[in-house]
Amino acid sequence: MGIEGYLIVSTLLFGLGVFGFMARRNAILMLISIELMFNAVNLSLVAFNAFLTPGENTGAVFALMIMAVAAAEVTVGLALIIAIIRTRQTPEVDQYSDLKE
Amino acid sequence: MAVVTLRNIIHSAVAMMICFGSLAGMYALLGAPIVAAAQVLIYLGAISVLILFAIMLTQAGDANLPAPFHRQLPLAAVVALAIVGMVGWAVVQTDWGLAAEAAGAAVDDIAIALFTDFALPFEIIGLLILVAIIGAIYLARRPEEDERAN
Repeated sequence: MGIEGYLIVSTLLFGLGVFGFMARRNAILMLISIELMFNAVNLSLVAFNAFLTPGENTGAVFALMIMAVAAAEVTVGLALIIAIIRTRQTPEVDQYSDLKE
Repeated sequence: MAVVTLRNIIHSAVAMMICFGSLAGMYALLGAPIVAAAQVLIYLGAISVLILFAIMLTQAGDANLPAPFHRQLPLAAVVALAIVGMVGWAVVQTDWGLAAEAAGAAVDDIAIALFTDFALPFEIIGLLILVAIIGAIYLARRPEEDERAN
């Protein structure tokens, strides 16, 4: 399988992430969609590293760093979501409309 | 994949774990075993367990599952399809030409690069994770607990 296969898989995964982030109402599922987008970018980085610059390792190092940042981000995000759910009693994002009135 | 379409959020999380596992397999196929190992450790191990715990803490029970989609569903579908269409068209149209076979880097090369060329970003990421842990503990703490502490 060439680089196109990996890149198309990565594109589809990113599109799924965008769709899930915009269409779902549950806050945790929006976070899962963000993780999907992170993974799509990681996959394309590793694919570019393996095919365009074989023998170098910059893409793999970038992918590892993105993973670390994603882990930090999901930690803070889940803590925020749990704090919001504790005060609002619902994970549905379209009911967080207190500032609208 | 079924991650974004399933109604029950626990099913979505399990589908996400399957997706992460297959991505680890793709990293191994691409000749990046260290990235595959990190994927299994971080995503399959840490993030999935974290998300499942959050679902467990927040879900009151799946007796009354509300409609899963926002009312901006058509807009979201259009935007996602546009992104996939444009990037996919670019991928297909580009003549990549070189390197038909995947060749990854060795594990010890990545380790040496991580601690020499990328030493400063490595330390910054360590600091970022420390800040994130402290922030998460502060945010997720129950308000009555610090009243008790005072």
